[in-house]
Amino acid sequence: MADPELVRFTLDNGLRVVLAPDATAPVVGVSVHYDVGFRSEPEGRTGFAHLFEHLMFQGSESLEKLAHFRYVQSSGGSFNGSTHPDYTDYFEVLPAAALERALFLEADRMRAPKLTQENLANQIDVVKEEIRLNVLNRPYGGFPWITLPPVLYSTFPNAHNGYGGFEDLEQATIDDCAAFFDTYYSPANAVLTVAGDFTVEQARELIEKHFGDVPHRPAPERPSFAEPAPEGELRGEQIDQHAPLPAIGIGYRMPDPINDLDGYLANLVLAGVLSDGDGSRLQQRMVHREPLVVDIGAGAGLFGPFEARDPDTFTITAIHPPEVSTEQVLAALDDELEKLAATPPEDQELKKVTARWAASLHSEHDKLVSRTLALGSFELLYGDASLVYRLAEKMSAVTGEAVSAAAKALRPDSRAVLVVRPGSGSVESEQEGTEQ
Amino acid sequence: MSAPHRTAEEIGRTAAGPRPVPSLGTQRAAADLSHVDTTLSNGLRVLAVRKATVPLVELRVWIPFAGEDALHPATAEVLAETLLTGTARRDRIEIDADLALIGGDLGSGVDPERLSISGTSLAEGLPTMLDVLADALTGASYADAEVARERERLIERIAVSRTQPRTIAREALQKHRYGNHPAVREVPQAEDVAVVTPEQVRALHQASVLPRGSVLVLVGDIDPQTVIGDLEKALGGWASDRSAVRLPALPDLTGGNVLLVPRAGAVQSQIRLSAQTVPRTDPRYAALQLANLAYGGYFSSRLVENIREDKGYTYSAHSGFEFTDQTAVVNVDADTATDATAAALLETRYELARLGLVPPTADEVESVRQYAIGSLVTSASSQAGLAAQLAALAATGLGAEWLAEHPARLAAVTAEDVANAALEFFAPQRFTGVVVGDADVLAPKLKALGDVTVGEPT
Repeated sequence: MADPELVRFTLDNGLRVVLAPDATAPVVGVSVHYDVGFRSEPEGRTGFAHLFEHLMFQGSESLEKLAHFRYVQSSGGSFNGSTHPDYTDYFEVLPAAALERALFLEADRMRAPKLTQENLANQIDVVKEEIRLNVLNRPYGGFPWITLPPVLYSTFPNAHNGYGGFEDLEQATIDDCAAFFDTYYSPANAVLTVAGDFTVEQARELIEKHFGDVPHRPAPERPSFAEPAPEGELRGEQIDQHAPLPAIGIGYRMPDPINDLDGYLANLVLAGVLSDGDGSRLQQRMVHREPLVVDIGAGAGLFGPFEARDPDTFTITAIHPPEVSTEQVLAALDDELEKLAATPPEDQELKKVTARWAASLHSEHDKLVSRTLALGSFELLYGDASLVYRLAEKMSAVTGEAVSAAAKALRPDSRAVLVVRPGSGSVESEQEGTEQ
Repeated sequence: MSAPHRTAEEIGRTAAGPRPVPSLGTQRAAADLSHVDTTLSNGLRVLAVRKATVPLVELRVWIPFAGEDALHPATAEVLAETLLTGTARRDRIEIDADLALIGGDLGSGVDPERLSISGTSLAEGLPTMLDVLADALTGASYADAEVARERERLIERIAVSRTQPRTIAREALQKHRYGNHPAVREVPQAEDVAVVTPEQVRALHQASVLPRGSVLVLVGDIDPQTVIGDLEKALGGWASDRSAVRLPALPDLTGGNVLLVPRAGAVQSQIRLSAQTVPRTDPRYAALQLANLAYGGYFSSRLVENIREDKGYTYSAHSGFEFTDQTAVVNVDADTATDATAAALLETRYELARLGLVPPTADEVESVRQYAIGSLVTSASSQAGLAAQLAALAATGLGAEWLAEHPARLAAVTAEDVANAALEFFAPQRFTGVVVGDADVLAPKLKALGDVTVGEPT
């Protein structure tokens, strides 16, 4: 299939724009990616990037509180936002007739969001409920994305809890919000993506009309979050009051996702060889043949691949019965990694992984919201939205030798092992799970 | 965060001042989809739709799969877990390999109403996917070792599942509203799973994995006309004179007390309310759908604006329909901090009453109407979204025509229709439900609210 048309340009104020016209359905997707995630939040303000994401929905100069939601939904659309280690995205998918309205809504809050004490207090409450729902009140909440980084990493940006501790959230001030906005939410630090049913000329004109007079502010200098890989095996333990079974999370450092994309993709294929499908190596051995675990999964990134710059994490997670020890799980895993390191996988085994990847990428691009977000995040992180359409091909070019080398790099003496133990199951404190 | 920056007030205003929100442009209608809706000679209804946005095909199979036997839920669960783990022609790993090479996946799941199979593959791999599907439907072997292993995993997964607040709340709601009806047995008991034998699973397959009364949906880069012949050929060996087993009708909900189900030490409570409504085939459905959206069915609803955006009691509050065979109920869900639970229940009931007494305004009705139409267009714009919609419709005997005609039905609803639906279906006394949470803290306040009893569902 030929690459779909992509048009990229930059406004005078520095806003980068990606247009991906597609007339197969009368709908449009609009997203704005800001180049700031929870790795950039300051010490003492854990969870701030995500809290700020909530505030961006609470009104702007032309839109009262609640108006953003109402305008999107009464146009027949849906919306959301999400905070990642290295970026924050905002998006809408709507009937094509609402394109200009969606651009207006995004431009208005990029130009002049209304940051008020009342909304901040309200959204601190809402975010605390979100954390109770997703972390504190459920088994394996926050495992491994919140609980593994503090074992693997030693610097605050990489190790801290991106959802935030309640105390930090409660101390956030309106002045923090103003500083964060002025520093990170400049047009020069953002990518606007529009995908779907429109013409390029029409979209260009509307974008210039609504975003053109958002004043330029320089993009902040992006710090390096690099830190050395562990020099030994790091261990951590967590008691989970809700969990009925023990779990284990293993984190490895992996190649730089941006500057060593081929190495990164070899890790993605390795993850597939290890745990994608009944025929994969860890599933076969550890779930079905031996069996040691209830479930096991391997993957790049704490939320999935392509959502962070360096350093990024290769994770393996497993839930296992109490009679199986952590060491048994690790021994079987290391044995399988050694086999792969010694003997590259055959082409047929690779093809199983890459064909599934090709299909899942097609499937993702078939959903307008996923396609819009992928184009935006690739433009932001890689400076090249079109990479989205070449991923499947690049994945199928990964060789057995490259996968073998990737397996060899996942060394027991340079990883983090987090052991989750079931707790007593009755008494719990509000801070449980957010403490490291 | 001390770098030089503007104040929040300075950030929130510009010299030009507030600007008008642009009006909507003209909306193009979605293209008509070429489709075939027919029944194969084995009695299987097939809905095939061409949607060639990407070179994939999505498959959904819905087999009515009810059973009264005490061991049915456990046996059905083991069956669903092992249906795709081996046949006379392929073992588990060969099934996975054949599917992987076409970028494919097939999975199965079961609930008290139906056995469902979902699949996807590159379009060129459809013949292989159909071959694997037919192989499993007609020749799943349920090898002793696979059944034994999946039984073990299931028991472990059930343990995990029963610690999830949403599972606990769902089980409590099901028992509280439907008593001993087979519909309540959604998660089998671990001790039942432990005694399921391969013979029982094979017998259940023989008795219940049946084409007649079942539905298969295909959406993707296919030719709907020729694919029917392919299906006839691939699935010709899957035949029976009997029909798939439908769930006995659910009793109508008549409302009643909310049951407070204790969960010691919980930091958050699950509020789950439920009331009888009418299914998609009822002439009042479109108005009811809009009334539900206005109540809690989308973010800009009265419930969300009240208990999340105004009061911060919850991260997620939602109301939506649950369709079972020919009936439908509306469910209201919110998860709230223990301290906010009683107040949240009060506001939830208040908004139910207010919906009927102060019905949605013309603006509210226009907003939910556009949202309903727009989200229909958006979700039908992907193969997977369209396949899911059609499978749900087909299970109640509807088809692609219903989907195509629904925007017009929504467009025809008047504010008065919505007001009538609100008053008729959302009256608080029509609802029953549960609250699961820390009863020591919750009981005094919830009892003070009234129409709340404390205890385990029976």
